[in-house]
Amino acid sequence: MDDLYREQIIDRYKNPHMRGKLDPYDFSYGDDNPLCGDQIRIDMRVDGENRVTEAAFSGTGCAISIASADLLVESVVGKSLEDIKALSKEDILEMLGIELSAIRIKCALLSLKVMKAGVYGVEEFEEDLV
Amino acid sequence: MRAYSELEAFNVESVRADFPVLSRETRPGVPLVYLDSGATSQKPRSVIEAMSTYYEQQNANIHRGIHRLAQEATEAYESARQVVADFIGASSPREVIFTRNTTEAINLVAKSWGKTNLNSGDMIVLTEMEHHSNLVPWQILAEERQLRLAFVSVTEEGMLDMESYRALLEKGPRLVAFTHVSNVLGTINPAAEMVDMAHGAGAVVLIDAAQSVPHQPVDLSELGADFLAFSGHKMCGPTGIGVLYGREEHLDAMPPFLGGGDMIKRVQLDGFTVNELPYKFEAGTPPIAEAIGLRVAIDYLSSLGMEAILQHEQRLIARALDRLEEIPGLRVYGPRGEQKGSVASFTFDGLHPHDIAQILDDDGIAVRAGHHCAMPIHERFGLMATTRASFYLYNTLEEIDRLVEGLYRAKEIFS
Repeated sequence: MDDLYREQIIDRYKNPHMRGKLDPYDFSYGDDNPLCGDQIRIDMRVDGENRVTEAAFSGTGCAISIASADLLVESVVGKSLEDIKALSKEDILEMLGIELSAIRIKCALLSLKVMKAGVYGVEEFEEDLV
Repeated sequence: MRAYSELEAFNVESVRADFPVLSRETRPGVPLVYLDSGATSQKPRSVIEAMSTYYEQQNANIHRGIHRLAQEATEAYESARQVVADFIGASSPREVIFTRNTTEAINLVAKSWGKTNLNSGDMIVLTEMEHHSNLVPWQILAEERQLRLAFVSVTEEGMLDMESYRALLEKGPRLVAFTHVSNVLGTINPAAEMVDMAHGAGAVVLIDAAQSVPHQPVDLSELGADFLAFSGHKMCGPTGIGVLYGREEHLDAMPPFLGGGDMIKRVQLDGFTVNELPYKFEAGTPPIAEAIGLRVAIDYLSSLGMEAILQHEQRLIARALDRLEEIPGLRVYGPRGEQKGSVASFTFDGLHPHDIAQILDDDGIAVRAGHHCAMPIHERFGLMATTRASFYLYNTLEEIDRLVEGLYRAKEIFS
């Protein structure tokens, strides 16, 4: 489907708004998708009320994984950690605005997986997955 | 295009007409270009119809029933075994075990032959270009029995380094297991020579023939392997059936793999007697319709001739390499010339294989993107993933042109 690669995604892939690394950071976590080798790392800073003040992502991946990382990271600035914990697969798909096959959904969700793992701490996150 | 004019000798249009799926469109107006036969082949009408006919006319369980349907089903199943034996040059149908697929065939050897013949410290020689199915079963066994695994290295050209192979054989491995044709690089390994060398070193040899039996003549009387494994679904047959060939002396000495019905002669509460070959390794109701489908697939391939199929594919891959390599920034991995099977795995100018495959899909072109169940060989070349176009008897030169056009389009979109 051509609309899979509709302009927003291609544009975000080529010129992401939120690419970078933060130093210092309050949260940082990275993970990969061994199926295709995509790697995403997300860094975040929060204020005294656990609201995200700055966020950035780095890594490599396909257009879907990079665009969804960029959209996700941009969307969480100003949000609380609790808001992030409440984010779902549907939120990501809505941001991307496209339908994805099961395999490509993994690409789209890598950044959410990374961000939640960073926020929860890995162990808690894995419990959350069960 | 005079160089490819011999292609006319092989009537690809008439072959294509035998495969119903090839006439479909992926979207209105976009015909399918199926370049993923390395993953699974399409099926000719004769195979599909033979399986339906079996279910409509003969369906019965085999080896037990006295009734007419059971007799016919048993005959059909066993005649499939004979056809397989003849197709690969096995000396007897007792040497042909039906499994679920190549993976299960290799696991059978690992669990049965491996557990009885390999002990702590023994060495198994594999290669860096193995599919996970000819790697993980040995890793599992190595951990259980403290075995050593050693790997024949792969050269920059994508060939097995025969010096490295020779050196490993000097260490006295008990088993050598290697792929006949690499599913990523397309390398056609010198299997007969490798078997001779391994036998000279006293090793038993297993060949993963999943990517060779569908594409070229494979004759065990020339290869001399102890075990050979392949899948029906990559050779115009159905999924759910694979073949393990094993030399009778090995199979005779091996303990059963799975226990259950059909693999026994007699069962008492305190024990059982094992059935004779090949039934000893076929516990439970086997894939009967699938065996019949495989027989018809082999009939189909044989009617065209494996040598003619190989020649057709050699022309396809030669053309694909010519056309792909004229694209700036595109690199195809693996050897060139006669040692290259009809597989082109490539990287393209930093474009992600998923993105390439998605754009090609817009054009109806089916390719594979990822590591193709062979992560170590990707690592060998410093890659995470490649895009793979794999060809078969029904592919055409025009389809290669469509692939090249699609790749230029992907480049335009992403750069």
